Amino acid sequence: MFVGSELAPQVIAALTRRYGRFDLAEDATQEALIAAAQQWPANGVPENPRGWLITVAGRRLIDALRAETSRTRREEAAVAQEPPPGADVPDEDDTLTLLFLCCHPALSPPSQLALTLRAVGGLTTAEIASAFLVPEATMAQRISRAKSAITEAGGRFESLHDEERAARLTVVLHVLYLMFNEGYTATSGEQLQRRDLVREAIRLTRMTRTSLPEDGEVAGLLALMLLTHARTRAREDADGMLIPLAEQDRSRWDGALLAEGVGLIRETLARSARLGPYQLQAAIAAVHAEAATADETDWPQVLKLYDVLEALAPSPVVTLNRAVAVAMVNGPRAGLAGLDVLDDDHRLAEHHRLASVRAHLQEMAGDTAAALAGYEGAARRTTSVAERRYLQAQVRRLRGDVENPRAAPTSG
Amino acid sequence: MRYILLIYQNTEAWNGLSQEDKQAMMHAAGDIVSELSANGEFVDGQGLADASQARSTHVRDGVVTFTDGPFLETKEALAGYCIIDVATPQRAEEIAARWPDAQYWGMEIRALMHGGGEEG
Repeated sequence: MFVGSELAPQVIAALTRRYGRFDLAEDATQEALIAAAQQWPANGVPENPRGWLITVAGRRLIDALRAETSRTRREEAAVAQEPPPGADVPDEDDTLTLLFLCCHPALSPPSQLALTLRAVGGLTTAEIASAFLVPEATMAQRISRAKSAITEAGGRFESLHDEERAARLTVVLHVLYLMFNEGYTATSGEQLQRRDLVREAIRLTRMTRTSLPEDGEVAGLLALMLLTHARTRAREDADGMLIPLAEQDRSRWDGALLAEGVGLIRETLARSARLGPYQLQAAIAAVHAEAATADETDWPQVLKLYDVLEALAPSPVVTLNRAVAVAMVNGPRAGLAGLDVLDDDHRLAEHHRLASVRAHLQEMAGDTAAALAGYEGAARRTTSVAERRYLQAQVRRLRGDVENPRAAPTSG
Repeated sequence: MRYILLIYQNTEAWNGLSQEDKQAMMHAAGDIVSELSANGEFVDGQGLADASQARSTHVRDGVVTFTDGPFLETKEALAGYCIIDVATPQRAEEIAARWPDAQYWGMEIRALMHGGGEEG
């Protein structure tokens, strides 16, 4: 990612205001960024980088308008070349407006994500394609279709009214969370581009928070990202094997990120009129962050927070995670009982996770044979190489236990 | 989610098809690929050279052996593949079922493993 990419939203905003064509403005801005990436290292960054980008992108946009050869369009372009007064003055909310537009409900979440990365993040199509492991041409098509879909749905570069705004912000936060998750779950064996998504997600969430400093869920999402990212160095061992939260070396957690995240969620909870799901998830992450060791975790507090989260924003993942908390407070059998409801839940896209959590609790309950079968089944079902390695290691460990029985393992 | 669609073709049956039928199948497959490319779902795809031209190899106790023909001697042989990136398993199945080869012989749908993972 390149210094010019931070200016992408402002350039797109300026051109969209001037010419009324978000789709062409976004393409033209991409091209200008690519030109800048080639020329600025050689010639130096211009004194007014934003102005440079707007000028270059503007020329490309006019070329594109001319190529759409209808006479009407040429007339529109001729008129539009006189910028209306104030068109070049950046609006503080330009980035937010652009973010809202990219997360238009007409698009699927992956399309919202790809378009946000390009238009708001200023990443190149190649960078985004690389992050999602598809060819550049495929990603270019997705982004192009996304912009057409927005236009067809009547989406425009303009401020949203209150109700629409609140709903759209929820979508924006979801997209930013997806972005973070794509980057965070990338393992060290994978490309740098995938893990850079974490940095991008945090950057864009900070930007959103600057635009909406009073919003509790924006702050909650940022805190959640910081507290989760803090664990990056502890989640894999030297061989690239995943390490569950309970077993991580907490001295490898990033103290600065934890401090910022905990501080942020505490402050947010103190003044928030209404708790939302991201604030609750951040609060749970903060409880973990404040425990010096896994054994010191305030599990009753974690369970209380999951109870609220389940009431507010139920989902299979929440049910899974809550079951673990139940097990830690009320014993593994109680936790296992909480999992039964998920057996028929077709929303649970990844059934290997249910099998894996169930196996973990069965092991806690001393039901080694069932746990072994559960881990084996989970290992067969997962499509994650890293998770499969972890699950197969549990199978080997339990087989060792079955062949050499000893006292039932304690929690963790 | 990424899937590979594997085209398992019955060689004898393919050889028995008329030239028109073969052309029609290739056009139909081409149309699907165009559609998937336009959709942003297409990642990669190739036809494989005839199975009779395959070579197989294995090494046992340091001895390298090459044989003519595919690894498994079966009525169906791998004739091509298509890698797609789609939103749901149902979409992958939908695409596979539309492939012309699904009508004559069969398609296998396999999820691809990925490197990332959650530490849980």
